[in-house]
Amino acid sequence: MMDLLHWDGTLSAKDFRIGAVAFAQKWESLNFAFPPWVWVPCPKHPWLASPELLQEEGYLSMEKICISRLNEEDIDQTTQIDTDEEEASCSGNKDVIDDATLVQRNHHELHYYDFHIVYSNTFRVPVLYLRAYCSDGQPLQLDEIEKELPTCSSKELSKSKWTFITQEEHPHLKRPWYKLHPCGTGEWMKLLFLNDTAQPKFEVVLELYLLSWFSVVGQVVGLRIPFKMLNDR
Amino acid sequence: MEAQKYVWDGAIPLQIHLHESQVTTLPPPPPALILAPRIGYLPLLASLLKPYFSSTLPPGVDTIWFDYNGLPLKWYIPTGVLFDLLCAEPERPWNLTVHFRGYPGTVLIPCEGEDSVKWSYINSLKEAAYIMNGNCKNVMNMSQSDQLELWHSVMNGRVPVRLYVWSVSEDFDDLEDMPKVDSWEKISYINRPVEIHKEDKCFTLHDALKILVPEFFSNDLMNVKSAGVDFEDALRIPSEDVSSDKVVEDHVQNAYEHREACSISSSAEIKLIRIQGIEPKLEIPFSWVVNNLMNPDYFLHICVCVKVPQQNST
Repeated sequence: MMDLLHWDGTLSAKDFRIGAVAFAQKWESLNFAFPPWVWVPCPKHPWLASPELLQEEGYLSMEKICISRLNEEDIDQTTQIDTDEEEASCSGNKDVIDDATLVQRNHHELHYYDFHIVYSNTFRVPVLYLRAYCSDGQPLQLDEIEKELPTCSSKELSKSKWTFITQEEHPHLKRPWYKLHPCGTGEWMKLLFLNDTAQPKFEVVLELYLLSWFSVVGQVVGLRIPFKMLNDR
Repeated sequence: MEAQKYVWDGAIPLQIHLHESQVTTLPPPPPALILAPRIGYLPLLASLLKPYFSSTLPPGVDTIWFDYNGLPLKWYIPTGVLFDLLCAEPERPWNLTVHFRGYPGTVLIPCEGEDSVKWSYINSLKEAAYIMNGNCKNVMNMSQSDQLELWHSVMNGRVPVRLYVWSVSEDFDDLEDMPKVDSWEKISYINRPVEIHKEDKCFTLHDALKILVPEFFSNDLMNVKSAGVDFEDALRIPSEDVSSDKVVEDHVQNAYEHREACSISSSAEIKLIRIQGIEPKLEIPFSWVVNNLMNPDYFLHICVCVKVPQQNST
């Protein structure tokens, strides 16, 4: 079987499918705060009538995640901005938070995130795609996303040589999405498992692959897996 | 070498009309006639088109985009590939509509001019480098000769390929009668490397396609024939012919006259395979195809037309 020492940290498409199912099951079984990951099958040729001919491709999806990151600092700043624009009389007073304005701003500013985990044939690893939008469906731009997910900012990402965000066409949905670039994933995935003194068999590695991958990548988008989930083997 | 020069010099004559919503003068400006490089990208024509139409444009911010028969064109796909894909019967000149307003942001990824195109090209190059070499690093620091060497070392490994598949539901005697592509949903995009093994000296284009789209080939395929530019013809392409496009056109004409569809599995049939505007025979060694017909981003872009039986549901 696969020798972990010579493994390059990547997966075949078939292994990705197996790993994805294992990941989704683990995620759900631990009653995590987030909704379950759903496997979305994708026909290779949407217009072909005989899908049974084709090996099914697909991706994992977790959608409509509401992320609110307003902290004290943001609240002050937000209020100030609002008052400058709407009510000149309240400007300059940092200590007083206008609740009415804050609530209104909150109502407008509910942001939703969709996350997809898609397999890359080129890099042979999972890739995280994300998009964000307001409650009215208006998409968010990268600078707005960066404000909410500070770890997602290009400044933060460039600190680690492994990550950066690009805007690309979603390989299945054909719409513009943001993608966390996978270059280097194979390398750090291999490191993650090589550090495991238990030296697991590849089947075990496969079961844990996406979980381990997500424990790193999820942090970039502000999704932290509780420690206990990682230790549960 | 001839074929390579041929590809790099290949151009597509475009007739570009400004969208009526942005014409503010009477009479409307005549369309711009441009010879666009096959291996280039449409937004790079902005430096020619903006000045040409500037006197007519309404005031405001310009973001250039193009459509063909109403279909917004994906700017990161090389011009030649778009032409091979969307024009069943090659239209010369190719009539496109240019827009400077109303960028369809839900359909097209944003394009902020030349920088976006450069970035996209570099990303593709990095991806190709990763496929061939196993890492993205240093591709941009490589000298031209090193890049070529990187490329030549590929024949033992993975080849970067982008495959675009579009379907028709019936046979057409005349390609002109083929229905136009009106939505990108109708085109399958397959971005998958093809593995070549060193010991396999006779790995052909046919073999490569069987890997990429096995669903269009049956196992008991006996007779695969397709007319088109064959190996010997390709080698004999004259170098003194400056308007290389014309030579391609002649070859393509011959191809259409003698074309036979590849016979395959019962549910679908390949009608057309186009790379850099030509239809290579399936028996041609894949390494030749790749070496001579790849784009500057080191990707081989292949357009395939498939006939599928009429769907009776949805």
